[in-house]
Amino acid sequence: MTALPPFQTVLDEHSAAVMAILQGAVGRDGAEDCFQETFLAALRAYPTLGDASNLRGWLLTIAHRKAIDHHRARGRAPVPVAEVREVAVEDGIPEHDPGLWAAVDGLPPKQRAAVALRYGSDLPHAEIAAALGCSPEAARRSLHEGLKRLRKELA
Amino acid sequence: MTTATEKSIEKLKTRAAAEDLLDVAYTTADSPFGRLLLAKTGRGLVRVGLPNQDADELLVDLAARVSPRVLEAPAELDEVRRELDLYFAGKLDRFDLPLDWRLSGGFRQRVLRAIDRIPYGQTRTYTEMARRAGNERAVRAAGTACGSNPIPLVVPCHRVLRTGGALGGYGGGLPMKEALLELEGVLDGSGKP
Repeated sequence: MTALPPFQTVLDEHSAAVMAILQGAVGRDGAEDCFQETFLAALRAYPTLGDASNLRGWLLTIAHRKAIDHHRARGRAPVPVAEVREVAVEDGIPEHDPGLWAAVDGLPPKQRAAVALRYGSDLPHAEIAAALGCSPEAARRSLHEGLKRLRKELA
Repeated sequence: MTTATEKSIEKLKTRAAAEDLLDVAYTTADSPFGRLLLAKTGRGLVRVGLPNQDADELLVDLAARVSPRVLEAPAELDEVRRELDLYFAGKLDRFDLPLDWRLSGGFRQRVLRAIDRIPYGQTRTYTEMARRAGNERAVRAAGTACGSNPIPLVVPCHRVLRTGGALGGYGGGLPMKEALLELEGVLDGSGKP
C-alpha cells in the first residue's frame, strides 16, 4: 500500500488530464462543472481510499461518471449549433466537424465515452479502460462498436 | 495549465472550504528569514515550516499525521500571515491565533504550552520549562520538545535558553534565533543577553 500524498499533489499532477478528458467527453461548457464535481467527489472519498498506486485511473473513473451524469441531466439533447456547414472546411481538424460530434453525442454512454477518450483525449486503451472501470478488452469493444455505428450513421 | 483549469481549481477550493473538506489548508509566506510554510486545520494553526525545512516533506507529513485532504488555500491563512508580518515589523507582541496542538503529545505538548505563555521580550531556561511541564529533571526532553516544536515563531521556542544564558539550539538555525531575540529587544546585537 502506498501512503496517500497531499491532495494538492494529486490536483497538480492530474488536473490537466482530467480537464482534457472532460472537455472531450462533454465539451468545453460542461467541462468546468464536471471538473469541480469530479474533484469534490474525489476529495470527499480520498481519506478512505485504500491504495494510492493508481490515482489517475481512480480520478478518470470518477470523471467518467460525472460526464455520464452531465449527459443524463441534459436529457441527451442534441448539441445546438448556429449553422451547420455543408462541408466541414475550416482547417480540416475532425473535432471541428459538428455533424460528427453530434453523431458521437448520440451514441450509448459507454461507446460515446470510449470514442471521446480515444479521439478527443488521445488516451491509450488501458487508460480508457481505467476511466470506464472495465477491462481493456471491453474498452476496445466499446470503441469498436461506437466506431462501427458512427460509420453507419455518417455513411 | 490552461486558464479554464485554473479557474475551476479556484472554484473547487471555495466549494471544498464551504463543504468542510479542507482538512489542512496551507500557503507559503515570505519573511525576513526566507519562505515560511503555514498550515492550519479547523482547530487552528497546526504547522509553521521554517525556511531551512523542506516544505514538501512537511506536507507529506501532514497528510500522514492529520489528513490527506491537504490543499493550498492562501486565503484561509490571511490572518496568520497578517499577524506574522506585524510581528516581524516589531508591531505585534502577542499572537492571537487559535492553535492546533495535535502534532505534539504528552510531555512535549505540556512543554510547548508552557513556552506559549512566555511573554514577548522575555526568556526562560530549558530547566524552567521542564519544571512547568511537570518534570524538572527532564531537561533534555524539554530541549527535544523545543527542537520538535511544530509551530515555531508563534509558539516562541526561541525564548528558551540554556541556564547561564547560552543560546542553546534552534530548528531554524542559531542566526535566526539571535535575530528574533534582537527583534524582541532581548539581545543587543552582540550575541549576549
